[in-house]
Amino acid sequence: MSSSASPTPPSTGPLLETRHLGRLDPGGVVELLKPTDFVLTPGAQIAITGASGSGKSVFLRALALLDAPATGQMLWHGKPIPSEMIPHYRTCVSYLAQRPALVEGSVLDNLQFPYTLKSLRQRRFDLPKATELLAQAGKEPAFLQKSAQDLSGGESQIVALVRTLQLAPQVMLFDEPTSALDPQSASAVEHLVRHWFDADTSRAYIWVSHDPAQARRMSTRHLTMDKGVLQLEPQR
Amino acid sequence: MNYQNLSAFDLCIAASLILINGALSVLLKLDLERNLLWASVRTVVQLLAVGYLLGWVFANARWYVVLPLMCLMTLIAGVSAAGRGKRTYAGQLVDSVMAVWSSSWLVSAIGLFVIIRIRPWYEPQYAIPILGMILGNTLTAVSLGIERMTSELTSGRNTIEMILALGGSRWEAAQSAARQAVRAGMMPTLNQMTVVGIVSLPGMMTGQVLAGENPVDAVRYQIVIMFLIAAGSALGTVGAVMLTFRRLFSADHRFMIHKLVAR
Repeated sequence: MSSSASPTPPSTGPLLETRHLGRLDPGGVVELLKPTDFVLTPGAQIAITGASGSGKSVFLRALALLDAPATGQMLWHGKPIPSEMIPHYRTCVSYLAQRPALVEGSVLDNLQFPYTLKSLRQRRFDLPKATELLAQAGKEPAFLQKSAQDLSGGESQIVALVRTLQLAPQVMLFDEPTSALDPQSASAVEHLVRHWFDADTSRAYIWVSHDPAQARRMSTRHLTMDKGVLQLEPQR
Repeated sequence: MNYQNLSAFDLCIAASLILINGALSVLLKLDLERNLLWASVRTVVQLLAVGYLLGWVFANARWYVVLPLMCLMTLIAGVSAAGRGKRTYAGQLVDSVMAVWSSSWLVSAIGLFVIIRIRPWYEPQYAIPILGMILGNTLTAVSLGIERMTSELTSGRNTIEMILALGGSRWEAAQSAARQAVRAGMMPTLNQMTVVGIVSLPGMMTGQVLAGENPVDAVRYQIVIMFLIAAGSALGTVGAVMLTFRRLFSADHRFMIHKLVAR
């Protein structure tokens, strides 16, 4: 691991690259993701739509290295990712699940939680920064003291997103983050994401959505997933 | 009063008490008659068989008789520890046998060779019952530990993946489940240790007292056994939970929940 303060080396090439990345179901029979070549460059805002079970989540989870690929290779800044670097990689390429998972305790406890992990221990929790992120989502500082159990689904997702964004990841992988949320929370989530993206030109994200309007709103490039095949959306 | 031997007729009187259970089952329509009969037959047959077997082993006290018997007992304990719980994974049987085997033999060795100092080293009158008591408790601890670990991992899946996605290591993701599992495995022994002598008189101590041993001396043995059991079940649980952890979390920090299947 490099000892520099910046968690990601500056690079003009692709951030993430997959070569024939494919996944099978646990039985090893069904191809959940057909071998896929994909490149994510700095500044990319990509939306992926497709039917349920088409493999959108499978693809995102493979990029986050949460599931083992059956075929192919993943490169981060042009290099394969060794096992021992995977936790660090996941602090740079962050996956946000559809259903937020919070630890017991207050909102503040949840925001401080990542800093207890070994791969982030050299970093310090930044209260003003966290408060500012919450303010972007329309939450008062008193929100920090709320118990995680008392949050609505929308509030929980905002906490989960702020918990990740405060770590300033370079790439975000959004797995239908707003599909279970009320419109107000959904727009707060989109607002937070735009702020994070605009703060640094080297950032990029992939947003999986089932909502075509949201996909258009949140992306400059729109892909579709169909039965494990990732392709450019057909021109209309 | 001297030690009172029991005749076959005495056993029949005791066995007929099962008729109370049978009558209750019929009266209350519990539909347990067949189970009761089967359980009674097994109790009698298994205990008689083990009585004759142990009698034979004690009479032929050779290491090549005692050691295989101890291996067989351990194997059966390990296999039955693996047979519980709603979920399982490929390799659970091996993990369970390994955890039971290593912990119970280590602790038994300390008890037999360091504390009691038996001669010869395979003296079956000591080795077999003491290993048996440790095995019985370790098997419960191991099966509770694995069961709790797999159920915590299943219910905590979202949190585990959240921790991994934030950059946590596989151990950071699993440690809460592992702690709960180790606690669950150690709990029965802890409960037993706090009430021993007050609520329950342990079977071994009772047996020694019935056989004419001075209660104070019998208690000394029981104290040793309680600590052996505590150490055995703690080691067994930790071992089983760590082995489960290694099966379900890969070296590249992935949680392989698909390996957990319903039994």
